[in-house]
Amino acid sequence: MEESQGNSGNNLETTPQFMNSIADECNDLKKAYDDCFNAWFSEKFLKGDRNLSKCDALLHLYTGCVKNAMKAKSIDINEVDKEHLGTDNERKKPS
Amino acid sequence: MGKYYETSSTFNYAWDQLAKAFWNRYPNPYSTHVLSEDTLFREVRGSQLYSRRLLTKTNRMPKWGERFVRSSNQVSIVEESYINPKDKTITTYTRNIGFTRIMSVVEKVTYSPDPNNPGQTIAYRSAWIDSNMYGFRRAIESFGIERFRKNCGQAALGFNYVLSNIYPPKVATEVFGPNVQTVAVGRFGETTEKMKEKARRAGERAKERAGLSTVYAASTGPGAEADS
Repeated sequence: MEESQGNSGNNLETTPQFMNSIADECNDLKKAYDDCFNAWFSEKFLKGDRNLSKCDALLHLYTGCVKNAMKAKSIDINEVDKEHLGTDNERKKPS
Repeated sequence: MGKYYETSSTFNYAWDQLAKAFWNRYPNPYSTHVLSEDTLFREVRGSQLYSRRLLTKTNRMPKWGERFVRSSNQVSIVEESYINPKDKTITTYTRNIGFTRIMSVVEKVTYSPDPNNPGQTIAYRSAWIDSNMYGFRRAIESFGIERFRKNCGQAALGFNYVLSNIYPPKVATEVFGPNVQTVAVGRFGETTEKMKEKARRAGERAKERAGLSTVYAASTGPGAEADS
């Protein structure tokens, strides 16, 4: 699923520091959530603490913004929300 | 039917180091095609973290393919993942949303410690590429598998670039290449033994050519053109 564009590695200086959200208006919410999650992930989860609730409120606000943007861009939310990994929908290796 | 492809890459970083950097692998100089990245859903399930994210990427088609995709040069990708710190595995599963009749690309990647070297992590990549375009199916699938083969190396280089920024290598000249090995290992319908043998030969050929520890054998690997 990777596509590339003349990335010979000579554009190191121009590489942005953060990935954008699908919609500009969600960028601040994304950053607030990502900061909370990244700290939790490396400081807590990888060390055995499984309680994710401290970032839940931020995630709720953020995904609300993203889902509105997806509707505006006619992205099929039902299709996006379908779970494949670890379910019967997952592709199997040819035997 | 469709086409199936496998490769593996080795990172010179322990699984714990790689896991810490996992959510920061974009942006990097090799990911200019990734336009946006959003989290849609996330929860802890047992000892695992399940996440579902939406990525948008540029979707360049060959000239002959543009007739199918007039309206958009972007594609939406769903990335599901499980991270299991107990077993030290990360599994990602990505699929495109929309245009799936033209070309559906599914990629599964599993990152786990190298059983022979705990200081290294191996990424096993599988890809399924299918098209339902009557009359163009084989051509599109061949294009898709070829693009996938080329871009596997870019994905590994990009992640390795991020890792080398977080964990600066001891020797400055090792910032690129030497930390990544990519070896093509298979094609639809081949037996595991055959694939292993081919991988070994491809690796040896590439090593001979390159004369250094970086192995990029994807271009010599078995591929789609053989049965198109």
